[in-house]
Amino acid sequence: MRARLLPHPLLTVLVTLVFIFLMNEVTAGVVVLGLILGFAIPLLTAPFWPGRPRLKAPLTVAEFMLVVLWDIIISNIEVAKLILFRRGDRLRTRYVTVPLDLETPEAIALLAGTITMTPGTVSADLSADGKALLVHCLDTGDPAATVAAIKARYERRLKRIFE
Amino acid sequence: MHLLAEALVAALILIGAFFLFVGALGLARLPDMMRRLHGPTKATTLGIGALLIASMVYFAAVRGTFSIHELLITLFLFLTAPVSAHMLAKAHILRSGGRRDLPPTGTRTGWATLDDCKSDGT
Repeated sequence: MRARLLPHPLLTVLVTLVFIFLMNEVTAGVVVLGLILGFAIPLLTAPFWPGRPRLKAPLTVAEFMLVVLWDIIISNIEVAKLILFRRGDRLRTRYVTVPLDLETPEAIALLAGTITMTPGTVSADLSADGKALLVHCLDTGDPAATVAAIKARYERRLKRIFE
Repeated sequence: MHLLAEALVAALILIGAFFLFVGALGLARLPDMMRRLHGPTKATTLGIGALLIASMVYFAAVRGTFSIHELLITLFLFLTAPVSAHMLAKAHILRSGGRRDLPPTGTRTGWATLDDCKSDGT
């Protein structure tokens, strides 16, 4: 009964919160309308999400977000320095391959997005079997160290969250 | 108090404008497509972030109302920026036919954009 009325509790909470944020005020009417949407949208869109990732370690999510936010600030300053003070054709730009330990599609998507938002790296492609990620580095002296940093800072935490 | 808040807002707007400018400069100055992609994906996240925090501080301290729209803008930006960068990179790999300058995958299959295997069911 509960599973049929509330197929995706986290999505319900998320939709309700997004609606309240969109209206930009917390009044009874807005909350009730948000809750109605929060119940209706997961029910109507259920066919679109057959699989549902489970969060194994909710506290690690907060840790992961703080690490990513910090890296975004650092990366912005570093990329700004590279753009302002280095000639574009002198940058040691190259592709690197990051072998993946993650298997959940949602976790891989999150890792690829995180790599794009952080220090001088953009995720460019995934191998056809989903076991390696192609990452483009703006300036790296040591490709192995870049790969190791990605695996240690982001992938290890995502693995704890999802798998 | 009023002056302090206004100074904070002004500083945040200046920081935001600086990083947005650097992102645009990178887009114009860097020599090739993949390097140009780095400017707008990163230098702008902190730029927009600083402008949005400035907006929240302004509404909270100067107008006395609480504004949470900005958090949603951040959320949507963080959801869409990596996806569009990823699609641009994939289109670039496909169009340049650049099989030679890509490193090996280290697995049995090739990169998804170039590998025309049937594993994805299409």
